[in-house]
Amino acid sequence: MSKEKFHKLVSPAVPIAVENIDTDQIIPARFLKATTREGFGDNLFRDWRYDGNNNPIAEFPLNNDAYTGKILVAGKNFGCGSSREHAAWAIYDYGFRVVVSSFFADIFKNNALNNAVLPVVVSDQFLNELLETIQRDPKTEVTVDLENQFISFNGKKEGFQINAYKKTCLMNGYDDIDYLLSLNKEIKEYDLTH
Amino acid sequence: MSQPKTIFEKIWDKHVVKRADGYPDAVFIDRHFIHEVTSPQAFDGLRKRSIGVFNVNRTTATADHNVPTKDQHLPIKEALSRHQVETLRKNCAEFGVELYDLGHPFQGIVHIIGPELGLTLPGMTIVCGDSHTSTHGAFGNVAFGIGTSEVEQVLATQCILQYKPKTMKIEINGKLGKGVVSKDIILYIISKISASGATGYFVEYAGDAIRSLSMEARMTICNMSIEMGARGGLIAPDETTFNYIKGRKFAPQGAAFDQAVEEWKKLRTDDGAKYDTVLTFDAADIAPMITYGTNPGMGMKVTDRIPTANELKELNEQVSFKKSLEYMGLEQGSQLLGKAIDYVFIGSCTNARIEDLREVAAMVKGKKKAAGVEVWVVPGSKQVQEQAKKEGLDKIFEAAGFELREPGCSACLGMNEDKIPAGKYCISTSNRNFEGRQGPKSRTFLASPLSAAAAAITGKVTDVREF
Repeated sequence: MSKEKFHKLVSPAVPIAVENIDTDQIIPARFLKATTREGFGDNLFRDWRYDGNNNPIAEFPLNNDAYTGKILVAGKNFGCGSSREHAAWAIYDYGFRVVVSSFFADIFKNNALNNAVLPVVVSDQFLNELLETIQRDPKTEVTVDLENQFISFNGKKEGFQINAYKKTCLMNGYDDIDYLLSLNKEIKEYDLTH
Repeated sequence: MSQPKTIFEKIWDKHVVKRADGYPDAVFIDRHFIHEVTSPQAFDGLRKRSIGVFNVNRTTATADHNVPTKDQHLPIKEALSRHQVETLRKNCAEFGVELYDLGHPFQGIVHIIGPELGLTLPGMTIVCGDSHTSTHGAFGNVAFGIGTSEVEQVLATQCILQYKPKTMKIEINGKLGKGVVSKDIILYIISKISASGATGYFVEYAGDAIRSLSMEARMTICNMSIEMGARGGLIAPDETTFNYIKGRKFAPQGAAFDQAVEEWKKLRTDDGAKYDTVLTFDAADIAPMITYGTNPGMGMKVTDRIPTANELKELNEQVSFKKSLEYMGLEQGSQLLGKAIDYVFIGSCTNARIEDLREVAAMVKGKKKAAGVEVWVVPGSKQVQEQAKKEGLDKIFEAAGFELREPGCSACLGMNEDKIPAGKYCISTSNRNFEGRQGPKSRTFLASPLSAAAAAITGKVTDVREF
C-alpha cells in the first residue's frame, strides 16, 4: 500500500529539550484504547501539555504559539520504553514528519520509519546548537534533505545516516509488506520444512 | 570448520528466509503472540489487502493489557476497553486465531502464558506487539517486541524485515548475597549501563550466577532487557530449561520431547565466537535494588543515597535529572530507606509468576500490612491464580490485608482502572517507573517482590536483609 512520500522538508522546528523521552510520555497508556490509527495527535505528550484539569500548561513548547512546524527536536534516547506504535501515530497525526535527536530507541525508530516519520540522528553538539538556536529564535528554518542525507540551519550542516532500503521506502512511499508478500513462495516452503 | 557463532547468530541465521542485497533480512517467525491493544489496526490492514493470517497455528491471542482485575466474569464497564477486547474477539473469530479470552483457564499476561503453556520453546523466533516480549528469551530463543505495522507483516507473511542487531554478552559471576533475587540483578545491570546502554544490541546473559537461577527468575531478567534499550535478551538453555518445559501443554511430548532436547542442547555459543561487546559483573557487588527516578536506569542499592546532579557522569543530563527528582518529590543526595509508601503493586510480566507469589507469601505469612498502605497482588495468569489458591497463598494474603486480584497487566501501565493516584508513592514489582506510568502523576519505586513485600508490612522502603 502506498504511503506518504518524503524527499525534503524546510520548516521551523519545535524543541523539547528533555532526554530519555519514553513512549508513555509521547502517548500515555490510557489513550491506547482506539482501534484505528487516527486521532492520537490530540493526546500527544498529553500529561506534559495539560494539567490535571485539562488546562494547557503554558511553558510546554507545544502550547507556545511561537513554535510551529513539522520538525520535532528532542533530547537523547527519544522513544524508549513501550513498543506502542501509537507513539509514532500520535507524532504523525499531530503534524510532525521529522524527529531530530542524538539517539533513538530501536523499536520507536522502526515504528517511525513505518509511518512516514523520519528519525534524524545528529551529534550531541549539533543537537545542542539546534535546540539553543530554536529556543532563541523560533522562526529558524531547518532543512531536512533525505535524498542527500543532511540537515542544516543558519549555515550549519550535518550529514545523517539512514539505511538504503528504508530511504527508498520513505522516498517512494513503499511498505515492508509489499516486499514480504513477494516472497510468499519461499516463506511457504520454509514454513513446511521447519 | 565453520566460523564459531553465538547462540543468537545460530538462531537468527537459521530463520533467515531471504537475505538480499540492499534489503534487511526476511526472518521467519515461529511464534506470534497478539493482544487487544496493538493488534486491531494490524487486522484492519489485512482486511484492506483482502488477505488472511499466514499460519494461524503459529499465532496465539489473549486479552491482558486492558482488562479489569476484579469481576472478570462481568462485562467490562469502561466502554473503550470493552470495545477493544470485543474487537479482538471479532478479529480472532474472523481470522481463525486461537484466543484465550477473559474467563478461559489459559488467559493471562501474554509473556506469562506463553512459557507456562509450553508455546515458548528454545531455538524459536518469537515476536509480539509488546516490548517485554524479550521475556521469552529466558528459554534460549530470539524474542523481541514489535510495532503494529510489524504485527501486520507477521500476520500477513509470518516474516519480519529486520537488520541483524549487534551482540552483547553480560556475564554475572559469583554467588548472590542474602535477600538478592533476579530482579535485583537486572535493576543493578541497568543502573550500571543506563536506560540506553544496550540499544542496538541483542544480549546474552551468562555466568554462574545466571545459571543458578530458576526459569521464572531467568524470565524476570530477560523481561527487562528492553529497559536498557536492548532488542532482546536470552539465556542458553540447560537442564533447568528442559525440566521446566517437560510435560507442559503444547510442548513436545514423549519421544518427540527427548528428540527436541537433543537439538536444544546444541543451542549454545561456540568457543571462540565473538560478541560486539562483553560486560562482566560480580554477583557479590549486587544488593537489593530500588529506583528513585523516572527511568529504570535511575536505580541504586536500597541503602545508597540518591546522587546529586554534580555527581552525574554526563553533565548535560542534569536538566532531565532535576526534572525527574522534582516529579518524584525527592531531594538530591537523600536516602530512600525509611521513606513512607502508599501503595504496593505485586504483579506484571516481570514478577507475577507463581514463584514470585510464593516468595511474597513466605515473607508476609502471619504478618499484617502497615496501616494506610494499599496492597494489590495481581497474578500473571489464570493458572497462577488457581495455583496460588491451591497452595493456600490466597489465605495468607487475605490475612495480611493484601488483595489478590484476577490476572492482567493492571497497575504496571494503568490502562484499566488499577491506577496509583497522583502524588502517591508505589513500590512496584513491574518494569517501568516512567512519569505517569502507573497513573497520572503517580510515583513509582521499582523493586523485587521481596522488597515490595517487606515495604507492605513496614509501610516504608525497607532493606529486606534487615527485615
